[in-house]
Amino acid sequence: MRKSFSWNELLITGLIKVSGYSAILFVGLILFFLLREGLPTLGEVPLSEVFSKRWYPIEDYFGILPLLGGSLIVTLGATMIAVPIGISTAIFISEIAPRWAREILKPLIELLAGLPSVVLGFLGVLIFTSLLRRALNLPTGLTAFTGSFLLGGIAIPTIVSVAEDALDAVPRSYRDGALALGATKWQTIWRVTLPAARSGVLTAIMLGIGRAIGETMAVMMVTGNAPVLPVRLSMLFSPVRTMTATIAAEMGEVASGSVHFHVLFLIGIILFLISLIVNVIASAVVFRQRKRSERILS
Amino acid sequence: MKRIQSSHSRQLAQRAAFIFLTAIALLTAITILMVVIYIAIKGGSAISWEFLTGLPRNGMRSGGIFPAIVGTLYLTIGTAIFSVPLGICAAIYLSEYASDNRWTRIIRIAIINLAGIPSVVYGLFGLGLFVLFLNFGTSILAGSLTLAIMTLPVIISTAEEALRAVPQSFRVVSISMGGTYWQTIRRIVLPQALPGILTGVILGLERAAGETAPILFTVAAFFLPRLPNSPFDATMALPYHLFVISTQVPGMPVQIQYGTALVLIIFVLGMNSLATVIRSRARARRQW
Repeated sequence: MRKSFSWNELLITGLIKVSGYSAILFVGLILFFLLREGLPTLGEVPLSEVFSKRWYPIEDYFGILPLLGGSLIVTLGATMIAVPIGISTAIFISEIAPRWAREILKPLIELLAGLPSVVLGFLGVLIFTSLLRRALNLPTGLTAFTGSFLLGGIAIPTIVSVAEDALDAVPRSYRDGALALGATKWQTIWRVTLPAARSGVLTAIMLGIGRAIGETMAVMMVTGNAPVLPVRLSMLFSPVRTMTATIAAEMGEVASGSVHFHVLFLIGIILFLISLIVNVIASAVVFRQRKRSERILS
Repeated sequence: MKRIQSSHSRQLAQRAAFIFLTAIALLTAITILMVVIYIAIKGGSAISWEFLTGLPRNGMRSGGIFPAIVGTLYLTIGTAIFSVPLGICAAIYLSEYASDNRWTRIIRIAIINLAGIPSVVYGLFGLGLFVLFLNFGTSILAGSLTLAIMTLPVIISTAEEALRAVPQSFRVVSISMGGTYWQTIRRIVLPQALPGILTGVILGLERAAGETAPILFTVAAFFLPRLPNSPFDATMALPYHLFVISTQVPGMPVQIQYGTALVLIIFVLGMNSLATVIRSRARARRQW
């Protein structure tokens, strides 16, 4: 398909191609600058100390285990809240809801997705913490659970929209087949549609978890920020400190180039790697699913 | 195999399951509605002309939030300047030029990763590259660039989807009438996809306007009761301001907190509804 030659067109085409590859460039740049500021840590703090249990930067204790543990327990709590609610809502929207209910629910979920996390954090601080403190008779309402609750709310829109897409993608004939064999609507959903959408639903859960682990502001505002390694599940109701909150809270106060500064970037690298792993696996699942459906259709 | 259930118990199971699912969906919907309505009611009484256009006074405990509103506006515009052209060009590349090879798959994985990187990591990156390495300082420029890269994946993927939705026959006709490849994109494909692209752009910018973590170390000023006058100035911004007055300042009047939250929500959700309106109007007018 050769066209008449023109410099103008060549220039624009070149520009478009360069832009097309920009995403790779940016991921590379992000990784490069994280490594540039984070790797010096390994020369300054022995690795055994990085993975120790005491985070107290003022006295040069840089153990990140409490922060890792904090992120894990908050995310675990958020998952336990967001997965059942998110998947149920997705099933409701995709399989059960009448048209009008869908038209109301979907914009509402988008509304939740659009709410800035700092607003949720603000409501958490002002309302939810005192409710929780009084309800469970705790010394403080700033706990891991408070964070989990807000993170659950933040992860729900992600889970709902991805899971709903997955359910929608299940061919109609699957459902018709089940119904024709005499299954009830619920049996069809539970035994046919949901298993057929399994990989998409798992992707939804993973992306929701990824969203929760990376969330910063809401968590920083409500979890109390105590760097204590949570060893039991009951620690869900005491203050913790996550990796993201540590970076956000402390980066403003450290001198650039100090050991503390480098350690915070190292935590950034860990967060980057976690999101990399979550997203590569999730996208691999999506690609594989597409290939499989192509095989079935051909 | 499980034994065959009686028709009656099957109906009962179905009814229980449906009631359960409906209840959960209803609960989610009501909670979301209540959150928004609650902030609207509590914050509504704080909003006055003075609150919107005045400078903060008395350690932010009285006066207005004008510098924060202007700061967020500047940041949103700055983000758009960088991310919109780049994002649309990248989407054109993926939709119109890229063949399905390994490099394209790598681009797609890179975009998915950009979308998943935690916002606070973008903050670190912006600090490392723009603030320190390129020496922009904590400035609107550094913050806009950081937010631009963060919004890029949203813009690229929605714009690409909009471009792909334009039927192939449009392109075939244009090229067969002697149009060049670029003319076809410029005159035929882009105009048809414009509403969809616009929706994506607004959704991306909406995210940028509401984010706090990426601007923590790249732009945000704790308290700066004046307007920025160059791209190299630091500025206050609504989301960071809300964070500051709800956790860092003791004795803050609740009314001002709710008022700030409401202004931020109106800003963000206003953009969201604009996107929805554009999308639904374009869908109604579409002729293919």
